[in-house]
Amino acid sequence: MAPEKVRAVVFSLRAMMVALALAALAGPWIFDASQQTVLTEFFTLLTLAMTWNLLAGYADIITVGQQGFVGVGAYAFFGLTSLGHLHPYFAIPLAALITSLVAIPTMAIVFRLRTAYLAVGTWVAAEVMMLIAGKLPGFGGGSGTSLPIPIVKQFGASVSGRAESFYGLSLALAALAFGAIWLLLRSRVGLGLTAMRDNEEAAGSAGVNLTATRVLCFLFTAPILGLVGVLATLEKLRVAPSASFSITDWTIYVIFIVVIGGIGSLEGPFIGAVVFFLLRQFLADYGTWYLILLGAISIVVILVEPRGLWGLCRRLGVPDIVPVTRIPEPIRTNVSDGATTHDDARHAI
Amino acid sequence: MQTIFNLLVQGVLIGGLYALFALGLSLSLGVMRFVNLAHGDFIVLASFAVMAAASPLGWSPFLVGLILTPAAFGVGYLLQRYLLQRTVGKGILPILLVTFGLSIIIQNGLLETFGPNTRKLSGGAIEIAAARLGFIDIGYYPLAVFLVAVGLIAGLEFVLYRTAVGARIRAVADDPAAADLIGLTSARIYPIAMGIIAVTMMISATCMSVWTNFDPSIGPSRLLAAFEAVVLGGLGSLWGTLVGGILIGVAQNFGSQIDASWQVLAQHLVFLVALVLRPNGLFAKG
Repeated sequence: MAPEKVRAVVFSLRAMMVALALAALAGPWIFDASQQTVLTEFFTLLTLAMTWNLLAGYADIITVGQQGFVGVGAYAFFGLTSLGHLHPYFAIPLAALITSLVAIPTMAIVFRLRTAYLAVGTWVAAEVMMLIAGKLPGFGGGSGTSLPIPIVKQFGASVSGRAESFYGLSLALAALAFGAIWLLLRSRVGLGLTAMRDNEEAAGSAGVNLTATRVLCFLFTAPILGLVGVLATLEKLRVAPSASFSITDWTIYVIFIVVIGGIGSLEGPFIGAVVFFLLRQFLADYGTWYLILLGAISIVVILVEPRGLWGLCRRLGVPDIVPVTRIPEPIRTNVSDGATTHDDARHAI
Repeated sequence: MQTIFNLLVQGVLIGGLYALFALGLSLSLGVMRFVNLAHGDFIVLASFAVMAAASPLGWSPFLVGLILTPAAFGVGYLLQRYLLQRTVGKGILPILLVTFGLSIIIQNGLLETFGPNTRKLSGGAIEIAAARLGFIDIGYYPLAVFLVAVGLIAGLEFVLYRTAVGARIRAVADDPAAADLIGLTSARIYPIAMGIIAVTMMISATCMSVWTNFDPSIGPSRLLAAFEAVVLGGLGSLWGTLVGGILIGVAQNFGSQIDASWQVLAQHLVFLVALVLRPNGLFAKG
């Protein structure tokens, strides 16, 4: 594409992003309660897609166990409010903290496995968390239990008031996750992550500390997943092992979103989440066929364009919409002695 | 004491079934270095295939399983040749995601075709026949499955270490690039390996369909059990996988004394503890 055209495309896409962000902020005034509920779900899935993308797309931690930490956050929130009688708004950050604390020993165990083994290892860890949650006293065992009404009422006296609170919380969470991941990717660590995405062996030999980066990413996503669990509890008004630790809701959908949208890019999860919700709008009645279709689409995407829909856009010459790439300044050649000043190149990186 | 000993013996026998589940996964990890996330779902698919053929004909599931085994080899061969082979050499992510997609397609396809009901096939008189040894009842069927597992491992070891095909498979497994230089491309060898894996799946599916209940959603739990058996036993060791399967079976049997969820929890906990103590498994080669 010609440079002017590229600039125009980038400008219009960024303008669209800002417009969508503004519309999201104005959500409580422009959407009714049921639309807000759908958008709340959108923001939670988007958040999960962003964390899974950070782990699988950059840090090479292909986890099938995200639902474990979502469930831990859900159960922690329920325990703190319903059993511990803490104020809900105080319990929310504490639930995130507890999820992080659970993530540390989990990581110590599953990180003994690498690559393909790690994927199944995280799944086993999530299963263990779910089974233990079903045995905790006071949480209703295997069938779960409802959140007490007084706690629910603290988020709003009416159904529409609560829908508005949950909308605000989920938007804040998605914004927080996006901002945190964007800053991480723009940092020194993020440069290492981008290198790992492109070629892990080369990144390692160029001095990126692979283990430390993986540990950081894993612990980085845990509290965010815990907060998703809090939101899930609020939306469903109950905790239950099968729902709070649902692999379909918190991992399978999420993997499809990221794969279709574009793994290893910040834009991918957004595109994937939009496609996912549009498809669902039309195909929700077909249940199993919808999942079969998603599975088939994702296989085709991986075989045809492993970087997803956004990868397709990249191929057509669209640059970053969310700027994370650092473009090295052209190496200036010193004409007087004919030597290239490598310092310039190094500073650019 | 008698109860404990009895639990142990029955656990070991169930371990034979878990080892059967795990053999294919052990091979795919050892030869092609990937985890087939649809491994459990393929086994369930094969069980439904046996059911769909056996029920209307009124034949024994064992006979149907035997007849379907060559077909399984063909399906495995074609699956690798025309789908999975496309992801070879592109890292671990594409193959995991493709098999993940297959897993979801198989689960929901089975749900759509056969409904969510729990199934079990009848194996005839052998199912309930048992020999009494002292105070322990040893069922002929569990014993037969255990012997099938032992026989299959011996057979696979023979194929891998005593035949030309086995030598080729091991060459590609050891060093795909070097094997490629002498004309043993992964495109030629992997489909054969996948065909063999599919045969082990068909055998384990037949044994499972008579032994336990199955429904379209149990694939993942079979995958996890198989995976744990492989890691417990140690990569590259088929006999190790048998020991891993036995450990899983014994852990499950003791856990089941408390309740149904402890059955699975005990299995996972044994795996996680073993992972901390012996990350490379009990019988890792190399």
